[in-house]
Amino acid sequence: MKTVYLTLQRAFAVAAIGISTAFASGGGDVPLDKAPINLHDQASLQRGARSFVNYCLNCHNAAFMRYSALTGIGLTEQQIKDNLMFTTDKFGDTMVSALDPKDAKEWFGGVPPDLTLVARVRGSDWLYTFLRSFHRDDAAPTGWNNVVFKNVGMPNVLHDLQGTQVLTKVGEKPGHGEHKDPIMKLTTDRAGTMSAAEYDRFVADLVNYMTYMGEPARVNRTQLGVLVLFFLTLAFFVTLWLKHEYWKDVK
Amino acid sequence: MAHTPKAAIEPPIPGILGKAIVWADARFPLVKLYKEQLTDYYAPKNFNFWYYFGSLAMLVLVMQIVTGIFLTMNYKPDAKLAFASVEYIMRDVTGGWLIRYMHSTGASMFFIVVYLHMMRGLMYGSYRKPRELLWVFGCMIYLCLMAEAFFGYLLPWGQMSYWGAQVIINLFAAIPFIGEDLAVWIRGDYNVGDATLNRFFAFHVIAIPLVLLGLVAAHLMALREVGSNNPDGIEIKKNLSADGTPKDGIPFHPYYTIKDIVGVVVFLAVFSAIVFFAPEMGGYFLEAPNFVPADPLKTPEHIAPVWYFTPFYAMLRAVPSYFGTQFWGVAVMGAATLILFALPWLDRGKVKSIRYRGPIYKWFLTAFVISFLVLGYLGVVPTTVWGQLPKGLPLVGGMDFATLVARILTAVYFAFFILMPWYTAKDKELPEPERVTY
Repeated sequence: MKTVYLTLQRAFAVAAIGISTAFASGGGDVPLDKAPINLHDQASLQRGARSFVNYCLNCHNAAFMRYSALTGIGLTEQQIKDNLMFTTDKFGDTMVSALDPKDAKEWFGGVPPDLTLVARVRGSDWLYTFLRSFHRDDAAPTGWNNVVFKNVGMPNVLHDLQGTQVLTKVGEKPGHGEHKDPIMKLTTDRAGTMSAAEYDRFVADLVNYMTYMGEPARVNRTQLGVLVLFFLTLAFFVTLWLKHEYWKDVK
Repeated sequence: MAHTPKAAIEPPIPGILGKAIVWADARFPLVKLYKEQLTDYYAPKNFNFWYYFGSLAMLVLVMQIVTGIFLTMNYKPDAKLAFASVEYIMRDVTGGWLIRYMHSTGASMFFIVVYLHMMRGLMYGSYRKPRELLWVFGCMIYLCLMAEAFFGYLLPWGQMSYWGAQVIINLFAAIPFIGEDLAVWIRGDYNVGDATLNRFFAFHVIAIPLVLLGLVAAHLMALREVGSNNPDGIEIKKNLSADGTPKDGIPFHPYYTIKDIVGVVVFLAVFSAIVFFAPEMGGYFLEAPNFVPADPLKTPEHIAPVWYFTPFYAMLRAVPSYFGTQFWGVAVMGAATLILFALPWLDRGKVKSIRYRGPIYKWFLTAFVISFLVLGYLGVVPTTVWGQLPKGLPLVGGMDFATLVARILTAVYFAFFILMPWYTAKDKELPEPERVTY
């Protein structure tokens, strides 16, 4: 009885569905920047795939994504084998990291989550904002924290490119009663190898690729959808005309 | 008993196919069935928009069965493989993503269509004598559909599949004395696990669909027996022409088959718009947390059922626990679905259709529909959505406002049924016309 009660209570206390709330998980109420997603931009998707393999795949898996599926973003088998496959030589294999899960537990306190579907779980905007919101935090075990995902286990692996940000107080706003809430802002502390605009472009490509990876059929899906709706529109007029013909004798 | 061979029919069409029909009809009631079900079945000619949803429910049922068969060919009902097999379908099976989205969209669309179909029944009194059994079969179909949706939702083995099933099964555990054992019996384990997935798969792909098909057959047979109601709620069989057919009736085929095809095309356009352009439907048809594999050690931040269960879920949450048990909420939720069965015997009105009902019925029906919709909304959002009532208020001080509203609306939902014998009997109704309005 107690377990029932606890489960129910937990469910009651936090019940909410819908994309808006689901996307906010692990995030609080930080406003998200709009990710400039364009699944038709193959050059961007290819740059994103390269960054994904170079930076993310060292620790994370994309265990439902086959290397062969990368032909969907305009790459040839040879290009994929030469430039993107480092952990396997089988073209049909899925993207699995070389990191041993046991080591991961020891180093990070947990196995880094699989990223195949992360864009569908969190949303592209969340990823785009998250990857640009790391800042130094001496209190955190890794020395890094994130505005979008408080106390995230992952350090900012892209800090060479982005530089380092710090979270500073820039003002105050009224809070509860006497208390005043600080207004915090991310500011660059040390520049990286990329300018802010270049880094945004870099993350945009990466998130674009991750969005593709979440559902490789998406471009296909919308293209087919236009055809299907076109056909159904025609069918509507034909069937409507047929109905009127038949119903002429109903008085 | 001597067998008298029946007279051979004339070939309905020339050629070999016509001969085949003659041959078959001598051995099977082919023409008889065709006539009974289609060409000699007279339906009222004044059907409106609301009468499309019966045939559409049939269409969705067939679509769910066909897409379901293809999904089963690649799905693996195994806790270790299930999630990956769904992704395999989405990525590696040719056309797999389409089949899967059709099935997931079909589940939600089935409920939309069935809710509209039931609404039609309420508005035009389609449950009234002599159609009580037709309505009862329909209610049983609705219950089956809820079971089918619940079992099916576990199969993708995502976080929401897992925890949703955990919460719902634990509802049964709230039943006094036998609850805990009952929950273990349903799960086949102390937690939702591989055994649960396997049995839910069995229920989803064979047990419930079999019952569902049987009930649909019974529903249609009862319909052919008593004939369709219509927006005027009057019996077309009262006005017969010289040849014994109803004056206000037209043969189901070709008139309504042709008309229903128009409805099918419009429905398919809406359906395709969702499948091809918004298969997640903003998180309502496919919930985002369900793209994370089930993890028994990690409770998601938000657990809530899919939208079609949320009116009942809101009722469950609204009922407070007494004597340290949540059973009352569960009982209310169960009663809310079961009370539908009693509808034909609660209505004391002389007219069937809303067109000739008095104002009290119209107000009650409106309040009922609003309560169902708002409860559906409240089941989706947290109870804190509308803030809290001031602490100083008597009785309700400090309570979540949304919870109070949910309680009132739960009462409204039940009042629609419980007070029905009273308000339908005393309502000032309009006279029914002799013939249907067309």
